Amino acid sequence: MAWFNQLDPTTQFVLLSAAKVVPVAMILLGLVAYTVLAERKICAAMQDRIGPNRAGPFGIWQPISDAVKAFFKEDFTPDHVRKVYFWLAPAIVMIPALLTIAVIPFGSQLGQQKMVIADLNVGVLYTFGIVSLGVYGIVLAGYAANSKYPFMGGIRASAQMISYEIAMGMSVIPVFLIVGDLNLSRVVGSQAGTVAWLPVLPNWTVFQSPMLALSFAIFLVAAFAETNRLPFDLPEAEQELAGGYNIEYSSIKFALFFMGEYANMIAASAMMVTLFFGGWTLPLFGLDAPATTLFGGLLHIGIFVGKVLVMLVIFIWVRWMWPRFRYDQLMDLGWKRMLPVALANIVVTAAWLWLRA
Amino acid sequence: MTEQTQSYLFLAVLLGVAVAFPLVMLGLARLWATVYSPAKPGPAKAAPYECGLESTGDAWVQLRSGYYLYAIVFLIFDVEALFLLPFAVAFTSLPVGAFVAILVFLLLLVEGLVWAWQKGVLEWN
Repeated sequence: MAWFNQLDPTTQFVLLSAAKVVPVAMILLGLVAYTVLAERKICAAMQDRIGPNRAGPFGIWQPISDAVKAFFKEDFTPDHVRKVYFWLAPAIVMIPALLTIAVIPFGSQLGQQKMVIADLNVGVLYTFGIVSLGVYGIVLAGYAANSKYPFMGGIRASAQMISYEIAMGMSVIPVFLIVGDLNLSRVVGSQAGTVAWLPVLPNWTVFQSPMLALSFAIFLVAAFAETNRLPFDLPEAEQELAGGYNIEYSSIKFALFFMGEYANMIAASAMMVTLFFGGWTLPLFGLDAPATTLFGGLLHIGIFVGKVLVMLVIFIWVRWMWPRFRYDQLMDLGWKRMLPVALANIVVTAAWLWLRA
Repeated sequence: MTEQTQSYLFLAVLLGVAVAFPLVMLGLARLWATVYSPAKPGPAKAAPYECGLESTGDAWVQLRSGYYLYAIVFLIFDVEALFLLPFAVAFTSLPVGAFVAILVFLLLLVEGLVWAWQKGVLEWN
């Protein structure tokens, strides 16, 4: 690394940011493409079908051919839309989806570099701030289309996403009561080792106490609602709204909405892994401590990605197993069940910490 | 350059990439649509999609006020979540008085929720 240290700080920064940001963005987008394929394959398996199998062995070139197809389809702008917003909405959906991953530690370290894009002290606040921006793109898409189904979809999405954002925000507070730090790297660091009450289980937040397991349950349900996935996919309900806010979109603009949804799903999975499932740690072979070798660093990234993939399979599995909620049931669940439970969870966790201290 | 400043600079770079990616895609699509693809407009194609039925009336249908009420209640609780996170971080070093103060704060908001519940704001019918 001697040659690197001789460079002036600006060049160092440019090289570092190129080496950090570009691969992460590339891997995220690659993961998005292959999550779509995984979803089609898994749903096919669950419905006793074969799924995509023409483009390459096991359909592995399917995402690429889909991308090419989406790009060469006619990019049609109907007469009745509000053109500027119609053009901007897909971009506004995609930007927060890509930004959410910035504070998530996806590995321990490679050499001297921490494997996180921005190791912010306010970590989780940043995440919630960006996640709440996600609603704008969808509402704007519904408004810009100037057509009934997208409008309904956009309105439903806004009410649903803000409702579940509260449950989501409240559900993680017990975690930070116990960890005492908003920085996600330190949240991961606090989950090393094995849990006190049963030393074979890893010391992941979700196993630490019943309150935290409840936190995870609320967060998981809220994550389904935030990403507009079944059983909470009312904004795009095919049978009622024929696709919701993205009906009037075609070609690459539609593809951007689609990719945004999957990128959000990956970000939500990564967030759950970081907060509740120990991030890159594994309580075996000393993999809890930050890596000292290059191989160890890569292994930690592999562990993190592996955990994220497991969460993604849960997302996909739930989508093809469950029927859709009705809108009043959705609102009741968010406001009358999950919000009071999450509030009670905060008080109980605080009281328990108080008594223990 | 401190570590925190550098973190925010990395964030700015990521923001640049995140903004550039969809804009490049949209730009390429625009280029393709205007330069290479033949324009084939038609009245049926340009009409609002409503599963094949003729669209009647304005797209600005009247929506129930329930959506609006949920948004108002949301504002209060979102701010609450913002206050609770710093409380959670500082919790272990807080004196008893501060703990009681935050419980009172929580109680006031729970009261707000109960009030909204009783008023039927959270009722969807």
